[in-house]
Amino acid sequence: MKLRDIQKLLQAEVICGEDRLDTEIDSAGASDLMSDVLAFGKPGLLLITGLSNAQSVRTADIIEAKAIVYVRGKKPDREGAELARKKGIPILSTRFMMYRTCGLLFSHGLSGITEGQEKK
Amino acid sequence: MREENGLFQKFEIAGGDFSRAGSVSTKIKEILKEIGIEPSIIRRAAIVAYEAEMNVVMYARKGEFSLYLTPHSIRMKIKDEGSGIPDIELAMQEGYSTATDEMREMGFGAGMGLPNIKKNADELAISSEVGKGTALDVIIRLNQAGKE
Repeated sequence: MKLRDIQKLLQAEVICGEDRLDTEIDSAGASDLMSDVLAFGKPGLLLITGLSNAQSVRTADIIEAKAIVYVRGKKPDREGAELARKKGIPILSTRFMMYRTCGLLFSHGLSGITEGQEKK
Repeated sequence: MREENGLFQKFEIAGGDFSRAGSVSTKIKEILKEIGIEPSIIRRAAIVAYEAEMNVVMYARKGEFSLYLTPHSIRMKIKDEGSGIPDIELAMQEGYSTATDEMREMGFGAGMGLPNIKKNADELAISSEVGKGTALDVIIRLNQAGKE
């Protein structure tokens, strides 16, 4: 699924990374806990979170996430937005809540990242 | 700064400075990338660095982050002046946390920091003295495929 399709599906505002909407996204993960994201995150994922401070952008950068979706209409703070631009990480902001955001993406074929690990 | 067999760099971390928290880890990741370390190893090192840096920001007055890079390993020593850890075994358990609301609002303090560090390290040594501070010594070996 292209980031552009995700943006349309979530009726999201593009905060930064307008030029990267053709990026292909294969998997997503959602959490407000950055330590959890660091624990489960895989390179290339779409990070869905309600945590809109600079730490979410740093976490995305550390795990090599392809893009970030902020739920509940959240917007990054100044530091977060600056860092995202510097690191080339697109940010979308949707007014949908976390559950609906995930449900919409999942039902349109975007899978989670830890399918193999869930059996443990 | 280059040593005979590798690279050594030291960074200062300011305790309580949440706005800049993570900047040292970002820098370390950039250094490792520039050198051409394998991406899966960079990821592990970056996660260790970030969790360790967040711990200093959250629990210490200040800290020192030393990065040693040799042809065989990445070694990271993080030493802080802070509250210390009374029970290291307990702190190593997933979910155990003494975090404040402010820390949790930053997306941290879920009791995953030290377990995440352990998971990504090949070797981890922790020493701590209550009221004085904590020292972490982490080694990630380069001459092997990813740990996962």
